[in-house]
Amino acid sequence: MAIWLNKDSKVIVQGMTGATGMKHTKLMLGDGTNVVGGVNPRKAGQTVDFDGTEVPVFGTVAEAIEKTGANVSVIFVPEKFTKDAVIEAIDAEIALAVVITEGIAVHDSANFWAYAGKKGNKTRIIGPNCPGIITPGQSNVGIIPGDITKPGRIGLVSKSGTLTYQMMYELRDIGFSTAVGIGGDPIIGTTHIDALAAFEADPETDLIVMIGEIGGDAEERAADFIAKNVTKPVVGYVAGFTAPEGKTMGHAGAIVSGSSGTAQAKKEALEAAGVKVGKTPTETAKLAREILGG
Amino acid sequence: MDLFEYQARDLFAKHDVPVLAGEVIDTPEAARAATERLGGKSVVKAQVKVGGRGKAGGVKLAANADEAVARATDILGMDIKGHTVHKVMIAETAPEILEEYYVSFLLDRANRTFLSIASVEGGMEIEEVAATRPEAVAKIAIDAIDGVDEAKAREIVEAAKFPAEVADKVVNVLVTLWDTFIKSDALLVEVNPLAKVASGDVIALDGKVSLDDNAEFRHDWDELHDKAAANPLEAAAKEKNLNYVKLDGEVGIIGNGAGLVMSTLDVVAYAGENHGNVKPANFLDIGGGASAQVMANGLEIILGDPDVKSVFVNVFGGITACDEVANGIVQALKLLEDRGEEVTKPLVVRLDGNNAELGRQILTDANHPLVQRVDTMDGAADKAAELAHAAK
Repeated sequence: MAIWLNKDSKVIVQGMTGATGMKHTKLMLGDGTNVVGGVNPRKAGQTVDFDGTEVPVFGTVAEAIEKTGANVSVIFVPEKFTKDAVIEAIDAEIALAVVITEGIAVHDSANFWAYAGKKGNKTRIIGPNCPGIITPGQSNVGIIPGDITKPGRIGLVSKSGTLTYQMMYELRDIGFSTAVGIGGDPIIGTTHIDALAAFEADPETDLIVMIGEIGGDAEERAADFIAKNVTKPVVGYVAGFTAPEGKTMGHAGAIVSGSSGTAQAKKEALEAAGVKVGKTPTETAKLAREILGG
Repeated sequence: MDLFEYQARDLFAKHDVPVLAGEVIDTPEAARAATERLGGKSVVKAQVKVGGRGKAGGVKLAANADEAVARATDILGMDIKGHTVHKVMIAETAPEILEEYYVSFLLDRANRTFLSIASVEGGMEIEEVAATRPEAVAKIAIDAIDGVDEAKAREIVEAAKFPAEVADKVVNVLVTLWDTFIKSDALLVEVNPLAKVASGDVIALDGKVSLDDNAEFRHDWDELHDKAAANPLEAAAKEKNLNYVKLDGEVGIIGNGAGLVMSTLDVVAYAGENHGNVKPANFLDIGGGASAQVMANGLEIILGDPDVKSVFVNVFGGITACDEVANGIVQALKLLEDRGEEVTKPLVVRLDGNNAELGRQILTDANHPLVQRVDTMDGAADKAAELAHAAK
C-alpha cells in the first residue's frame, strides 16, 4: 500500500526538458515510474523520446492534468523559478508536488507555503531541496537511486538525501514500504510528523526509521507526536553532534543557533518518546534489524 | 549572512527606518573627519558580529575629534570574544534616551511563516526578557503573503502595549522595518534598542540583520561580504564553489551530501574517543557529481590545512557510480602531484552503494601508497582517527 505514491500514480515533470529533468526522467522511467508528461510552455506540443518511451510536453500543469489525469508533479526547475512552478502546481490542485530544487530563497518557500494554505492545502508539497519519494517496486519520484533496495516493511523519513540512501542500503535485505526525503531547508512542505502519521496508518509499514539533523525543532515536535500518536516502533538517527554553533552545514536549515537546534536536544527528545536512537547510521540500522527480527 | 551594525544601519536608512547618522572607518585618523562631520562629538563603536561589545570596552563616547581618534586607536585591533575589530562606526551621539523598546521580524521555522516580536522592555537580550517576564514579550504571526501594513503594525503595537504617545511612531518603524525585511530577503531584522528620545522621536539605535544566502541571486550583496573575517581555507573553498566549513580537529573529511558529511563528522568524533580524542578538521560536501576535478579541488583544500593529519573520503554512490568516484580520487591525486603539490597525508576511502565493488577494485589496482580502503563507514572512521592520532 505504501504512502502517497504507488504504481497507479501518474507523474508529470515540471522542468523535464532541462538537463537535470531529462536525466532524472529517464531514470524514473527506468524504475517503472508512470511518467505521463512534462511541462514547459515553450515546448508545448512536442514529445520527448526516452529510450523508446514518448513523453508529451504540455504548456501548463493544468493542461497536463486535464489530458493525462496526472496526480503527482515533480519539480526540477531552477531555483529562481521554483516558486512560480510550485504555485502553478497548487493552482492546478495536483495531489502531490515533489520539489527537488536546491537553493530556493526561504522567502519564496514561505510564500508558496502560505499560498498553499490559502488554497485549502489541496496539494501535498514534499521539499524543497529534497531527493523525493520512492515506493520500491512501484514508483520513484525524484532522484533517489531506484536499485538500492526492494519492497519491504520499513517506512523511512529523512531530512537528508545521502543518509536516506545509506539507510536504505544498510537495510536493503529487509526492504522499504516507502522512503521519503523531506529536505533540509528551513521551510518544508511535508514534515516528519506528516510522514509518521501516514506510516502509522499504513498497514504495510511495520517499523519507521526517522532521520533528523541539527537546526529548528522539527525533531522535538516529531518526538512529541510519536509519544502521543505512534504505536509502531520508531528508530531514529540525528546528524550534526559536532557542528559548531552559528555555521550552516550544507543544508540551508542545518544550523545551531545559540543553544537551540542541537543534535543532543533532538536525540534526548526522541529517546524520551521511546525512540531508539543510533550513534551512527550503521548502529541505527542494527537497532531496526533487532526490532524487526525479534 | 549576518551583517555588521553599520551595514544594518545603512539598510534601515535606505528603507526609511529612523536611525542616527553614522559612518564606518578602518583607520584611527579617519575618526577625526567623521566626528567633525557629526558636529564635533561622536560615539566610537566596534563593528563585530558578537554581542556584549559594550561590556568589553568596544563602545566609547568621544567629546571631540581628538578623543575620537584616541578611542578609535584603542578599539581598532581589539579582540572581542575572539573577533578582531577591523572597523569602527563613528556614530552621532544619541539624544537623551527616555525609554528603550524592542522590535523584530524573523523567520518562524516551526510555523513555516514569519513572526514579529515586540516588547516595551528593550535594551537587553530579548531571550532574557522572554525567560524572566514572558508577559512583556508579544509574538504575532505574520502571513507571508499579506505582510505588514499599517493595521497589522497597529495590532503588534497594541499586543506589546506600547504607550499611546509613541504608537504612531512605532507603527511607522514597523512598516518600514517590514519593508526592509521583505525587500532584503532577510531571515532576521531586529532593532534593539528602539529608543524613545527626549524630543519624542523613536529611533533605531542598534540593529541586527541576517540575510538569506540563497536569495543572493536577486540582490547585489558583494559589498556586504566580510572578506577580512573569512577563514583563508573557507575563502579558498568558496572560490572553488565548495561547501566547506573549517573545524578545529585533525581528520580531514570529504563526503557527498550534507547529511552524510555531518554524520561522517560525528562518526569520526566518536571514533576519536578511542584515538587520543582526535576530531574532524572540516565539513566538506562535494555534492552528487564528485568528478575528478571537484575531488581534486576538495583534496587540495583539505591537504592545504596544516591541522589535517589524515583524510577520510566517505562516499555513498547514489546516482553517481562508485567507479567514477574511485577514478576521481586516483585522478585527483595525480592532478595534485602534476600541480607540484606534495601529497603526504594518508587517505582512508570508504565507497558504498552504486558500483561499489568496481570502485573498490579501481582503488586496489591503483595501489597508491597513501590510500587505504576500508569498506564500512564506522570502520573507515576508526582507521582515519587512528592514523590522525599516530601522526599527531
